[in-house]
Amino acid sequence: MKRSLLLAALVLVSHSVVAKDWDKIRFATEGAYPPFNSTAPDGSVQGFDVDIGNALCAEMKAECTWVKQEWDGMIPALMSRKFDAISASMSITAERKKKVDFTDKYYATPLALVAKKGSPLRPELASLKGKRIGVQRGTVADNFAGHFWADHGVDLVRYAKQEEVYLDLGAGRIDATWVDALEADGGFLTKPAGAEYDFAGSQVFGRNAEEKAVIGEGVGIAIRKRDADLRDKLNTALKAIRANGTYDEIRKKYFPHDIYGE
Amino acid sequence: MIEWAVITENLPEYAAGLWLTLQLTVLSLVAGLLLAVPLAVLRTAGPLVVSRMVWAYSYFFRGTPMLVQLLLVYYGLGQFEWVQARWAEGNGFWLIFREPYGCALVTFALNTCAYTTEIIAGALRATPHGEIEAAQACGMSRLTVIRRILVPGALRRAIPAYSNEAIFMLHGTAIASTITLVDLTGAARNAYSQHFAPFEAFIFAGLIYMCVTFALVGLFRLAERRWLGHLQPRKAGSVKA
Amino acid sequence: MLHGYSSSLLDGAWLTLQVAVLSLVLALVLGLAGASAKLSRSRVLRAPAVLYTTVVRGIPDLVMMLLVFYGGQIGINQITDRLGWDYVDINPFAAGVATLGFIFGAYFTETFRGAFLAVPAGQLEAGYAYGMSRWQVFRRILFPQMLRHALPGLGNNWQVMQKSTALVSIIGLSDLTWLADQAGRSTHQPFLFYAVVCAFYLAMTAASGVLFRSLERRYSVGVRRAAA
Repeated sequence: MKRSLLLAALVLVSHSVVAKDWDKIRFATEGAYPPFNSTAPDGSVQGFDVDIGNALCAEMKAECTWVKQEWDGMIPALMSRKFDAISASMSITAERKKKVDFTDKYYATPLALVAKKGSPLRPELASLKGKRIGVQRGTVADNFAGHFWADHGVDLVRYAKQEEVYLDLGAGRIDATWVDALEADGGFLTKPAGAEYDFAGSQVFGRNAEEKAVIGEGVGIAIRKRDADLRDKLNTALKAIRANGTYDEIRKKYFPHDIYGE
Repeated sequence: MIEWAVITENLPEYAAGLWLTLQLTVLSLVAGLLLAVPLAVLRTAGPLVVSRMVWAYSYFFRGTPMLVQLLLVYYGLGQFEWVQARWAEGNGFWLIFREPYGCALVTFALNTCAYTTEIIAGALRATPHGEIEAAQACGMSRLTVIRRILVPGALRRAIPAYSNEAIFMLHGTAIASTITLVDLTGAARNAYSQHFAPFEAFIFAGLIYMCVTFALVGLFRLAERRWLGHLQPRKAGSVKA
Repeated sequence: MLHGYSSSLLDGAWLTLQVAVLSLVLALVLGLAGASAKLSRSRVLRAPAVLYTTVVRGIPDLVMMLLVFYGGQIGINQITDRLGWDYVDINPFAAGVATLGFIFGAYFTETFRGAFLAVPAGQLEAGYAYGMSRWQVFRRILFPQMLRHALPGLGNNWQVMQKSTALVSIIGLSDLTWLADQAGRSTHQPFLFYAVVCAFYLAMTAASGVLFRSLERRYSVGVRRAAA
């Protein structure tokens, strides 16, 4: 009943033809994860993920358009064909690979605990028991904390956006946040709002096989499983921009150190 | 094909979410109603200055979305350093606003109080003049008239409109999920984000909301039968009478 | 003063207005259709209308919006795939308008139903006695008088609907509330931007109040009012 009503009432839909030769690609990003992706005051998206996506398209001689998508609905929207590729710092994990495919990684980041400077907290269960830890819902950090900490006495608070976590961290509502280290560095710790905060303890790439399985193998671009040709094109383009220095140029804009990992 | 796992695996969270939703709804409705009665009296029978102040409060809360009010209270207050200092000190009053639960309760209570004040004020104004005259003829003081005749009569008359407000409040608490509270909607959003299954996650929550709504409607119908049995059928269709 | 966000906030305000007005149009259409269905003699028409109003008024706006936005695309895709059509995109704007229009269509159904019933049957009978067709009776007698009874309820529902437009920010539509969210997050000054949003909604409420009061006055010409 509701579906037919929807069809009848939808005067505002737009038709789009899926380009099989991939000269037009629709990229999606979140727009709330600086410095990887964020929204400028005029509404456009910017950031490392966006620059990489544009560079890949330039290499593939394709025309790319960008769509903003809430993180919660990222993968379902990809599967519903709202766009063709996700460049939103999405980690390659076994769980996600059940639904979508990934290109090769284009950077890797460990997870880290961010808290007030001098905080005694460490990314271990013993240290975090009884503490309130903020994560963004649906991220690797959320999966990790949910898997290893949540049912063991750690108060896990889930937010829709990482930026909201920082707001509450600054306000003192949570004791720490568990987040991608690179994003915390570029998006919070190096900004005025993050002046009194720092990493607490070491950064975690995965201390055993179980943790590694949850954290994943780096960050890649997600595409639908049936679009293997797009994935191959993106991989070729990725190798090319890494070889010809475009990748390093983009990286230097945002990060002083290499972020690709091994 | 329905992925039952989405529901069965998250059933405890849905149950806890339902409990939180019920708490938020009932507590804010009760607080709002208790505050609304004196405010409505002030609005209709009080001095002009006070009546205007109540009008201004009610105008603000009825004229802006509850979502924005909630975000204003939660993220907005949290931004101020002197509020954060009060939290660090352990100041009891301000600590209410540190918790999302406290922020939600305060916002919802203030919001429903504004609407309820207007409903009861309207009911007060609709008091048949004969009742007031009879009360004065009996020698009742102003306060006694208010206490024994006006307010009870108004509360009766307000039941249909108030039942709509109660249902709006039940549905309105869903926005608590935007400030990290895991109420029924929050549980559905978590389930969706874990399993990527929107239909199962949200339709299940929707069904539970519907059951609670029906229970609430039934409760109010009982209340009407008990306290409003003497009135003819009311006009159907107005959402806020 | 607004940290460079003023022009994007204006765009957001315009978007919010568009969502509100388009949802209103959809809700009015659905409301009239629903009321007619509910008042019709045929059970086949009445049953779905009753189901519609019951279900929609039993679920929170937010939950329905999440369902329509996240689930609707999947549903539409299945339909278009089966019918062999092109991909039809449900952007947040379409989802927001469709959801709000759909939800408030149910409330408007009840408002219109009550309003239709409030027109004295004798007037309609007199119209038929004069030989007017069904359409003439509707246009000249039923509709204008029904509108007079419907306006207070419509006005109330519209006030509620205006504010429900803020919910579309949760499904990612860049409306005023979403932009204020984002500006607040980036500048760490959420209070300022939410206050701006409140001011905008208060202005919209005030304007609508004036509009509806003048509409009520126009449609109540010639009606004697009991002392207020």
